[in-house]
Amino acid sequence: MLVLMKNQSRPRSLIFDKQHLLHRLYILQQQDRHISSETIVRVAGECNMPVSQVASVVDFYSFFYREPVGQYHMLLSNCTSCGYQAGETDLLKMLCRSLNVDPGITRADGRVSISETSCIGMCDHGASMLINGIPLVGLDETKVVRIAGLVEQQMTLCQWPQDWFQITHPIRQGGMLLNNVGPPGNSLTKALSTGPGRTLDMIEYSGLRGRGGAGFSTGKKWRFCREATGDTHYVVCNADEGEPGTFKDRFLLQCHAGALFEGMAICASVIGARKGFLYLRGEYRYLLTHLQEALELQYNNNLLGCSILGHAGFDFDIEIVVGAGAYICGEESALIESLEGKPGVPRIRPPFPVTCGYLGQPTAVNNVETFIAAAYIVDHGSGVFRMSGTEHSAGSKILSISGDCRNPGIYEYAFGVSIQQVLNDCGADNAQAVQIGGPAGTLVARRDFRRRISFEDVSTGGSFLVFGENRDLLAVNQNFARFFAHESCGFCTPCRVGTRLMEGSLQKIVDGRAVAADIDEIKRLSSLIMRYSHCGLGHTAANHMLDSLKQFPDLFEERIMRQAFSPQIDLEAALETARQITHRDDADAHLD
Amino acid sequence: MTYESNKAIDANSITIDGETVPFDAGQTIMDAALAAKIHIPHLCHYPGLTPAGNCRLCMVEMNGESVAACVTQAQSGQQVSSNTPELNAARLAITQMLFVEGNHICPSCEKSGNCRLQAMGYYLGMLEEHFHQFNPRREIDASHSTVLLDRDRCILCDLCVRASRDIDKKNVFAIAGRGIHARLVVNTASGKLGDSNIEENDLAAKICPVGAILIRERSFDSPVGERIYDRRSISDTALTEHVPEKEVDRG
Repeated sequence: MLVLMKNQSRPRSLIFDKQHLLHRLYILQQQDRHISSETIVRVAGECNMPVSQVASVVDFYSFFYREPVGQYHMLLSNCTSCGYQAGETDLLKMLCRSLNVDPGITRADGRVSISETSCIGMCDHGASMLINGIPLVGLDETKVVRIAGLVEQQMTLCQWPQDWFQITHPIRQGGMLLNNVGPPGNSLTKALSTGPGRTLDMIEYSGLRGRGGAGFSTGKKWRFCREATGDTHYVVCNADEGEPGTFKDRFLLQCHAGALFEGMAICASVIGARKGFLYLRGEYRYLLTHLQEALELQYNNNLLGCSILGHAGFDFDIEIVVGAGAYICGEESALIESLEGKPGVPRIRPPFPVTCGYLGQPTAVNNVETFIAAAYIVDHGSGVFRMSGTEHSAGSKILSISGDCRNPGIYEYAFGVSIQQVLNDCGADNAQAVQIGGPAGTLVARRDFRRRISFEDVSTGGSFLVFGENRDLLAVNQNFARFFAHESCGFCTPCRVGTRLMEGSLQKIVDGRAVAADIDEIKRLSSLIMRYSHCGLGHTAANHMLDSLKQFPDLFEERIMRQAFSPQIDLEAALETARQITHRDDADAHLD
Repeated sequence: MTYESNKAIDANSITIDGETVPFDAGQTIMDAALAAKIHIPHLCHYPGLTPAGNCRLCMVEMNGESVAACVTQAQSGQQVSSNTPELNAARLAITQMLFVEGNHICPSCEKSGNCRLQAMGYYLGMLEEHFHQFNPRREIDASHSTVLLDRDRCILCDLCVRASRDIDKKNVFAIAGRGIHARLVVNTASGKLGDSNIEENDLAAKICPVGAILIRERSFDSPVGERIYDRRSISDTALTEHVPEKEVDRG
């Protein structure tokens, strides 16, 4: 039962620090539509930071620009589910044509700029974009025409049809977590009366493993962190849901924020933290007000703040930090770097964040769903939790299902569910394959649909992309390869250069210019990137290529030329610059 | 288990390619290897500076796992393979990657013969660049009177960043930008080297393994045949490198 204490309302400035470098830069980006060199120097002075640190942050994150973006700045998702190429028409091209603007270049009158961005987590809403940071969903040809008109008439976004901005939450199938809408405070009350040691035992016994995808034991992580020595400890919630095709955290943040904050507070009580962070991906900034209100409610109910639920000495605060467009910040050490106001370059591990995380202190970083599951376990007991799932994958998994199916949305299953079952439920009758766990995950072909969602078999952080029989899987590989090249942080050679090379090699196959040796080359390159890169991004960046080559070799075989060699570059195209410089276009200026 | 690997069970020793190598607590596999005069190819590592682990040339196999020797702590019982055909093939490919992502025109480069990237290419038997050229457009900074910054040749090894920050205590350089757009930047309001306080005797001005940071008016001062790597292989010179003691003291 919830014990209501004195109102502990919390000033917003403590929930959201406007002085954080990422937040300062966001405000300046909004204000000036770009961040100039002068601004960088000024901010560096104000923050007492090296100019190069501010510059490297500006240049690292996708949502900061050195050149002014348009008054209407549109970023179309390029995900295979909520992307501009998800349907028949290339909506990015169409929109650019309608507004007479080139992608990535602001129109001369400064009115509009259009570009693409990695998945914005609207995969259950069709083609989508962020317009001035706000998600606009369900894009189609008709809408594109209307958008062009509204932009030319300079209508403010409040004057646009508001249903375009309506984010719905289709729960197609609930389970232990989604159906759990008990009164607030239950979990935390129980955790506090149980005591931190026994609460940790419960989490360990429950078998809970990290829901972000890696599947590390949550209990073990908390124990390592609890036992690590440091001046202070931190709890961090990873809400940087960037894996294309994942949107379950978007839903959880919207509808289960209370449970999440309780889970974080339970973790704080276990590891002995007084401060926590919610790191929200920049694409979900539109949720910020809602999350601030949800946090205030927690404070009002004494579920955060000082002497939580009357337990003297148990103080815990949560602050929100919003990212600015970088997939790599989903990697926990990169996330911590970002929290510290730096580019999101993954750290050398070990030491791991549990011993040396935020500001060098022991830090427990967990996914949104993991904290919610932890809160559930404390409330309902580890036994109940373990009764669901499989031997090594206790409990449930929330899936974000999208792509070629009738009912995209949020589904919760006990671990161990077969892929076929999921496909039946979401109305995917003609799937040729599913990509589970996003581009970094596993491609499963129809003959393997009996395989199961679990850490033992096919694991996923939540992304479940359905590819129908008409889907061009090679185009999917191309999309993924471009994604990794765009999101590589650039720290290590194999990933920085290798992901770019992969893009080129695939293009050669798609263009029909490749030979058998190019396939071997792709395999070699894949293994190089995966084995020798610095972090998880590189380690998984070529999974999709190797899976495709293995599961669908014909896709590649049928496009290659039966000859020993063909050059990597397109010689005819390479001559184009020379033709332009010499103003020639006669027969002798071409190869044939 | 071989005789050699049995020996590795002894306290504070590992094996590298079957050879027993002692180490002190806190040393990395690279530290231990260098102390034992074993060359594990590397470009972004320089003894005396904090290791970064970005070039990935020093990847070794340790108990079945691929790790970067320069950032992996040595621990008793580790069995490390380094000089294997597979790893050397990977190192060759990584070196080729570094060549194609920048603009490295060895015949006209002032650093030719003294360049660690070029020497690594020779050491690994690199006969061609294999991958297609990226031909990036990168800025040259000639604003400083004695130090030139030619980003075309930068391999983003971060050595100058660390040397300037940790030894020279001037923090002149940083890496900015993401992915293939990563580039070396100068920590001044103008972004120009001429406005920084770098001097030609700074470690940061001298440590560049390639021809990205050059001391001006000193180019081509050794004739062909007398340059560093004309005389010795990088596998020898790499064993003798260390940040000069007086610089460490200064830092």
